[in-house]
Amino acid sequence: MSFLTRRGATRTVAQGLLGPVMGGLFLGGLALVPLTAQAERIFVSNEKDNTVSVIDGASLEVIETIRVGRRPRAMAFSSDGSELFVAVGDDESIDMIDLETLKVVRSQSSGEDPEVIRVDPNRPYVYVSNEDDNIVSVLDYERRSLVTEIPVGVEPEGLGISPDGRWLISTTETSNMAHIIDLEAMEAVHHRLVGARPRHVEFTHDGREAWVSAEIAGTVSVLDMQETFDIKHTIRFDVPGVPRETVQAVGVELTSDGRYAFVALGPSNRVAVIDQQSYEVLDYILVGQRVWHLALNADESRLYTTNGVSGDVTMIEIDGLRAVRSIPVGRFPWGVIVEP
Amino acid sequence: MKTWPWGLRWLAVGGLAAGLGWPALLPADTVETLSVGYIGMQRDDDLEPLSVLDPVLDDEGLQGARLGINDNNATAQFLGQEFVLQEVEVAQGGDVGEALQALVDEGVEWIVSGLPAEALTEVMAHPARGDRAVFNARAPDDELRGEACHPDLYHTTPSRRMLADALAQFLAFKQWDRWVLVYGNTEEDRILAEVLRAAAERYGHRIVDDRMWPHDPMARRAEGGFHAIQREIPVFVQDLPEHDVLVIADETDYFGEYFPYQTWAPRPVVGTQGLVATAWHRAHESWGAVQLQRRFEELADRWMTPRDFGAWLAVRSLGEASARTGSVDRDTILDYMLGDEFELAGYLGLPVSYRTWNHQLRQPILVTGPRMVASVSPQEGYLHPRTPLDALGADEGESSCRF
Repeated sequence: MSFLTRRGATRTVAQGLLGPVMGGLFLGGLALVPLTAQAERIFVSNEKDNTVSVIDGASLEVIETIRVGRRPRAMAFSSDGSELFVAVGDDESIDMIDLETLKVVRSQSSGEDPEVIRVDPNRPYVYVSNEDDNIVSVLDYERRSLVTEIPVGVEPEGLGISPDGRWLISTTETSNMAHIIDLEAMEAVHHRLVGARPRHVEFTHDGREAWVSAEIAGTVSVLDMQETFDIKHTIRFDVPGVPRETVQAVGVELTSDGRYAFVALGPSNRVAVIDQQSYEVLDYILVGQRVWHLALNADESRLYTTNGVSGDVTMIEIDGLRAVRSIPVGRFPWGVIVEP
Repeated sequence: MKTWPWGLRWLAVGGLAAGLGWPALLPADTVETLSVGYIGMQRDDDLEPLSVLDPVLDDEGLQGARLGINDNNATAQFLGQEFVLQEVEVAQGGDVGEALQALVDEGVEWIVSGLPAEALTEVMAHPARGDRAVFNARAPDDELRGEACHPDLYHTTPSRRMLADALAQFLAFKQWDRWVLVYGNTEEDRILAEVLRAAAERYGHRIVDDRMWPHDPMARRAEGGFHAIQREIPVFVQDLPEHDVLVIADETDYFGEYFPYQTWAPRPVVGTQGLVATAWHRAHESWGAVQLQRRFEELADRWMTPRDFGAWLAVRSLGEASARTGSVDRDTILDYMLGDEFELAGYLGLPVSYRTWNHQLRQPILVTGPRMVASVSPQEGYLHPRTPLDALGADEGESSCRF
């Protein structure tokens, strides 16, 4: 979801001002946040409140709450970075927020029940999964028109787009499939059975793999996007002391250096840390309740998580892989995206 | 819907509908067919819901099976598989064996039962069944999962005990632990009262008093009915000891709906009316359930009921197992269904799977009022060495089922 933010990953942030190394930082407590203050804004969609919370990266406090349409979920930035798109499912449209004024400036009809959106890196297109219609809609957000509709399986949900804009993957929750769409032909050309209730797709930054999470199976399938388009590896999770059913894989984030992958594990309240090369699970980080989606910031020093049931966002420091603070937002935060 | 005089009626032969609206993206060379038969029973004309707001349904269960077939075919078409459904309805007092034979003659390999316990037992014993697996999508009787269990019988509908445990867990969360039990004068209600007593004991509740509602069904539309009920119910319950909730056991829905707001003490009404534990409810929209509700309503032009949901789960279990194994072979499918890998998305927040010791589908249970879901059990904090879902219903150690 934060595809566009990651393109700015080379951006440097003044890290020379490292504050004193703080021992014993507490989650959500009085702890000081290290002084590598981030001049970044974090946007969080609150599914039940019909709002988007804006968090200031430096203070880690909510500085603005934007009213949007009903049931906001996935978000994406426009290619030029001037607007934030928010899929508002119950209004069947995409609200577009001006990033200077933080106001909804326009709204584009999207077809029924849009849940996940992705923006094309090359063209002014936004791809929308329409859960009730079994299609992926392609919208032109400059001309404000419908380009085409691509049929997929039952209940399309997750969408992932390759960095070069060649491939789009749509996962369908009831068909349990990853439908691999050729974006030149605008049609699905490969179909692969993945874990039960597939949720989210994220491409590696070199475009060689697509990681597909499955909520009910609690797995991540790694698809080869070079030749076979088959599953080359399935990652499983075993969180000690947690009922197996609560380990549900949802949001996925991959660092651009190919080192780490992060997977939100839903009601087990953990984020898994995975070695992107060996697929080995390295650690589980305890965050808030029902962790749903994830976003790395521009320099990939931080990972933000939305915790739906506890209604907060946890900030994890990548250096040390520690949960540093949780920030209360609206009800049922769903998606998160970081502006550079 | 009429039932033909000889008591057996073909409703339709369907199954191909789902895939047709779809582009043929991957035409398989050979298509393997899974033929599922749904066997239902005509509704008893005497039994209608007490509230005029509840629709009288003649296709309950069947529509769930139809949707399951559609959903399965959405995946199956990519895998060289195809699901078809054969449907048959038995008249009240009709010949169950004849209906079963008719399904088998049509090549049905799997059976989904919308039958009550007695008729289901007949199906299990009938020679025409052979060793075909049967999914019980309707009968809540614990006995079918206990003493009378059968190795070829699978239960997608929760047992009475699972529902009672789900409610008892929620009431324990509320700390409403002093119950008064009011049960009806039917055999089902007598059994349910026993089950509720067991659930109360398991979760630390006390039944401070119980009594039977002795009357026969009343004419709903009688003039002045309000006044009679308003005077009668407070008298019936006025001498009860101090309690937190009034628990109703009225499965046939002939009196329970009269109790909310008519009690002597201001206490919530729970059980089969008021706040209920149920496998499915229209008010449930979480965990993607809204999509299932919408798909169902588009197909059936009505709301999905727990019986529809049970039939849908049965057909979807077959779809999941055949897709994962790539096989339509009976033993391969059943082995996978009972194995550790099997996890089905039931739109209830947690995956559902089968208990190996009695073939009951373990599943979260909704606790809901008439218009809004209040909670879902298992409740947080009730632990179990295998899964919190196994805190609902007969656990392995206490099950009297021996295959």
